[in-house]
Amino acid sequence: MAQEKKDTYAIECKGIRKTFGSVVANNNVDLDVKYGEILALLGENGSGKTTLMNMLSGIYHPDAGTIRIGGQEVSINSPTDAIGLGIGMIHQHFKLVDVHSAMDNIVLGTKEKRIRPKELKAKIEEISSKFGLEVDPEKKIYNMSVSEKQTVEILKVLYRGASILILDEPTAVLTPQETEKLFAILRRMKEQGCAIVIITHKLNEVLAISDRVEILRKGESIGTVDTKDIDEKKLTELMVGRPVTLEIDRPERKADAVPEIVIRNLNVERPDGTPGLTNVNFELMEGEILGVAGIAGSGQKELCEAITGLTEIKEGSIVHREEELVGMTFKDIRSRGIRISFVPEDRLGMGLVASMGMVDNVLLKHYQDQQGIFIDRKTPRKMAEKMVKELGILTPSVDTPVRMLSGGNVQKVLLGREIIAEPNVLLTAYPVRGLDINSSYTVYDLLNEQKKKGVAVLLVGEDLDVLLSISDRILVLCHGEVSGIVDARKTTKEEVGLLMTGVKGTKEEKEESTDGSK
Amino acid sequence: MEASKKTGREPLLRTVKRAELSRKKTMILRAASVLLALLAGGIFLLIIGFNPFTVYQTIISGAFRSEMAVQATIRIMIPLLISSLGVTMAFKMRFWNIGAEGQIIMGAIFATYFALYQNAMPHVLLLIIMFIFSVIGGGLFGLIPAFFKAKFNTNETLFTLMLNYIALNVIVYLRDGPWKDPASSGFPKIARFDLNAQLDSVLGVQAGWIIALLLTAIVYIYLKYTKQGYEISVVGDSHATAKYAGIPVKRMMLRTMFLSGAICGIAGMVQATGSDMTLATSVAGGVGFTAIIVAWLARLNPAAIVIVSFLFSILEKGSSVMQSTYGLSSYSADVLQGIILFFVLGCEFFVRYKFVGRKGGAGK
Amino acid sequence: MSTVLNLFVAAVLAGTPLLFGTVGEIMNEKVGHLNLGVEGMMSIGACAGFMVGYQTDNVVLALLAAFAAGVAAALIYAVLTITFMADQNVTGLTLTIFGVGLANFIGEYMLNHSATQSLKLPEHISAQIANLHIPVLSDIPVLGKLLFSYNIFVYIGIVTAVICWYYLQKTKTGLNVRAVGENPGAADAAGIRVIRAKYINVLIGGGICGIGGAYSAMIICGGVWISNCVNGLGWISVALVIFASWSPVKAIYGSLAFGCFSVLKYYVPKSIISIPNAFYDMLPFVITALVLVISSVRQSKENNQPASCGTNYFREER
Repeated sequence: MAQEKKDTYAIECKGIRKTFGSVVANNNVDLDVKYGEILALLGENGSGKTTLMNMLSGIYHPDAGTIRIGGQEVSINSPTDAIGLGIGMIHQHFKLVDVHSAMDNIVLGTKEKRIRPKELKAKIEEISSKFGLEVDPEKKIYNMSVSEKQTVEILKVLYRGASILILDEPTAVLTPQETEKLFAILRRMKEQGCAIVIITHKLNEVLAISDRVEILRKGESIGTVDTKDIDEKKLTELMVGRPVTLEIDRPERKADAVPEIVIRNLNVERPDGTPGLTNVNFELMEGEILGVAGIAGSGQKELCEAITGLTEIKEGSIVHREEELVGMTFKDIRSRGIRISFVPEDRLGMGLVASMGMVDNVLLKHYQDQQGIFIDRKTPRKMAEKMVKELGILTPSVDTPVRMLSGGNVQKVLLGREIIAEPNVLLTAYPVRGLDINSSYTVYDLLNEQKKKGVAVLLVGEDLDVLLSISDRILVLCHGEVSGIVDARKTTKEEVGLLMTGVKGTKEEKEESTDGSK
Repeated sequence: MEASKKTGREPLLRTVKRAELSRKKTMILRAASVLLALLAGGIFLLIIGFNPFTVYQTIISGAFRSEMAVQATIRIMIPLLISSLGVTMAFKMRFWNIGAEGQIIMGAIFATYFALYQNAMPHVLLLIIMFIFSVIGGGLFGLIPAFFKAKFNTNETLFTLMLNYIALNVIVYLRDGPWKDPASSGFPKIARFDLNAQLDSVLGVQAGWIIALLLTAIVYIYLKYTKQGYEISVVGDSHATAKYAGIPVKRMMLRTMFLSGAICGIAGMVQATGSDMTLATSVAGGVGFTAIIVAWLARLNPAAIVIVSFLFSILEKGSSVMQSTYGLSSYSADVLQGIILFFVLGCEFFVRYKFVGRKGGAGK
Repeated sequence: MSTVLNLFVAAVLAGTPLLFGTVGEIMNEKVGHLNLGVEGMMSIGACAGFMVGYQTDNVVLALLAAFAAGVAAALIYAVLTITFMADQNVTGLTLTIFGVGLANFIGEYMLNHSATQSLKLPEHISAQIANLHIPVLSDIPVLGKLLFSYNIFVYIGIVTAVICWYYLQKTKTGLNVRAVGENPGAADAAGIRVIRAKYINVLIGGGICGIGGAYSAMIICGGVWISNCVNGLGWISVALVIFASWSPVKAIYGSLAFGCFSVLKYYVPKSIISIPNAFYDMLPFVITALVLVISSVRQSKENNQPASCGTNYFREER
């Protein structure tokens, strides 16, 4: 049956348009996918890929345009409609109920009557073995790792018998090995006759998994190409709209560099009492970029927050040029003239005050140095205006709430504010996440500039290709331990990937992960 | 699995986020909602057999018809204004202090102790001491939920709610026991304050109005131009950002809630010693709840709070006149208030969203 | 012994309106709506139930009216918070002000228009809502009094609580409903009609609260209309939800315990323990505050307030 469906179109979109307030997210977009085919939807961040797919899954409704599913024109008004049409979507931010078990999540919202747990488990088991998935049906979601959660999401879609599968950036949080496993599952689904759309901006993955590529740029469709006829360079050109070099600059570091920060035997606990960092040792040298790789939640956050004095340190020492930072308060560190800048992962929720303008956000870093009880906004205003000019930040005014700015500009405000403080140490967590290629390169340039000035830069990243090309060394974290520090100029992606899962790690890693309660 | 017509019918209306409205349009929209509310209130009045125009007119004239009426309106406004300022401090920090009622009571209780038992000292000194202790009483009562929130992240909405009833029963206890007026036969009550412990009148109204206006200015400046006020806004936006900036969030929370409770406590003192001349169980009398609504309607802006609390006071004073002249139950004021608020609440939707007809006909 | 028995019976009678209020609020919170309007919904239900009972002398009609009025009051809240996405706290508070005001207003209007300036339920309905006497069962010593001697509301309350528990914990719809309260986005993506689930639960919850209000007007106030007849029971119910850790069945024990606190002062002999009445009245609130603190210290993931409580859901939120 799968055979006869091949070559018929699963999805045909024509002239899709969607606006949010005054922002046009999609305009005149066309897209089609056949059964038994994997289509990669490629585009920069902000090019409208997710919006388009959300219209197929019933989350959004298009302002204009037609959608055909299996040859028939349909109006998808809700996720229920989408499920009824056999469309299943795996969102980038998983749509799972944390306090429920895997199986409760899998049957959630299905039309059938509640069936006995035993039968349900058997059914899940059957699907799992068919596609090579592994999951414990009774495990609660909040006890699961990211890749386990993704498995549950996939099962959820398969359980509903979906024949059209949409995956939004599924590999962003996976190791190279986990990615391979996911691709194997997708290929198997394709053989079964499913139509698959995978949203991504990683070119190598596009080439590895897809049959055809649909490219979006600034909310409009640029065209479709067969994967076998294209290479990374051409894809980038199509995606960005002009030729770009994919090379990231890597200036040589100073030969006689001394350590800016020395970390010895660092142990940090998470708020819930589980270990966040265990026996971490490393040096961060002046004038280098030290990349930090690891599966999400392996201790990256704890590491940054430990160095900046934002979290309590259970044991160990952090020495900055002879001075012990552990035990010092935030204020002490500042008053010693140690300037540690930190660009956190959550830009609007942690790095910036989303409801305030640039002036008040610059103030955040400086008001404590001001005298008296009143606030002086004059100096920050000048600094904000300077940042706008030098970094080309697009904002209606320096008082416009930063949440209204685009992702790239938000990051420029944050990074700009941290750099303007002339740091000795610059910690950045996922600084290019969600940015388009242009903005990403601006960020790389800014980081390299700091490196050349002699600043010790720590770069937490998720894209191994980027880490490999910009860092001097890469520190790999696994379950809160350092599983290796490698020379970025010599190592390979596979080696780093294995270190991320702790395969070459120093210790057995099984217990402390997430097997908590049942 | 062929694609059958499994999709539901497209709904007649769907909700869509709209581009941010300009300030002017927002104001027009809000004004329109109030008009609509008055219209709905008018229908309610018609149903119960009153001419809405006469009623509205009487309410307004009832609040302003004489010097005494204006003074009475202001007297209603004083505790409402002060406690609205109090909850605003907490709300700015996104700390849902529903406990103004209890903090008002505690402030009043602390002040009353001096009014009843330490009232031999000079008048001004006595009032100053009462003021200080109302600040302490209200402040400490505000500190309790803040402490638990800071320490264990205890839900403050429900916790402060409980404290209201605890405070109320403390008055009942004092009234029936230790502070019972020995001179009263019949129902237990607390004695009337000695003249020495009563707040003076200025321009015919108790001096609380001066305190209220001063507090308005202070709160405005504090929130807008001081470092602490800035810190409150940062914490209100995101605890993570505040921590990132090195703001001691827990200490801030304690400090701000002390201030929030303290201001509410002042409202209690002013009500007891300026208007009631005794400590009654009704010293807060729902003002603490209304204050939350006032603060919300005024978007936490102290200047707007003055206006909104004034409007609320007009409604309340005016409807008491309605009762005396037309026999319209004073409860109708609550009903009217409710109706108006429902409309204003509903209208906020249109500031951020709009409805779009089927097939995007009304789009754009 | 008989004191304890009497205390238990009195506790059941005093706890029943709380049970309705609590179960009603649980239904709300399970779909993510913290409704502070319980006091208002109960008041409106009280007024409707009492007035219909007074006019028709029919207990079934009175109950239906109370339920319907509770639903109507909840509808205001539902439209504002679900469709218009208004602030839940402020809407709930407003509903309380409105509901209490409306009930008192209608009550006063009726009082003024009655011949005797008082409203007392007619005999027939008074008999129907009096404590039951079931032949044989009620005559069993101790047990009869303990289990089979209450008015009809008590049994309705317990049955309602059990049904709600079964519905939420054991049915497929209940699973969906809980998912809505925990993570409406996930529920929506899974094909659950979030808006519909929210409306249904908020409205049913309101109806249940309405019956609780009728109880306070018709039983607690002794069959005579009194202004402010709900008198804070709604607020205690909001508190009880925490005490019951969001389980309708635990709400049965909880309301029994709180009912016990509220009548304790009449049963503890003053000669043994002499505590001012005010402290007895304070007890439920102190205990709820303690429960709040203890549950926040424990920080368990489950048996907690549904995660989305207090925030409204908009599908196209980005």
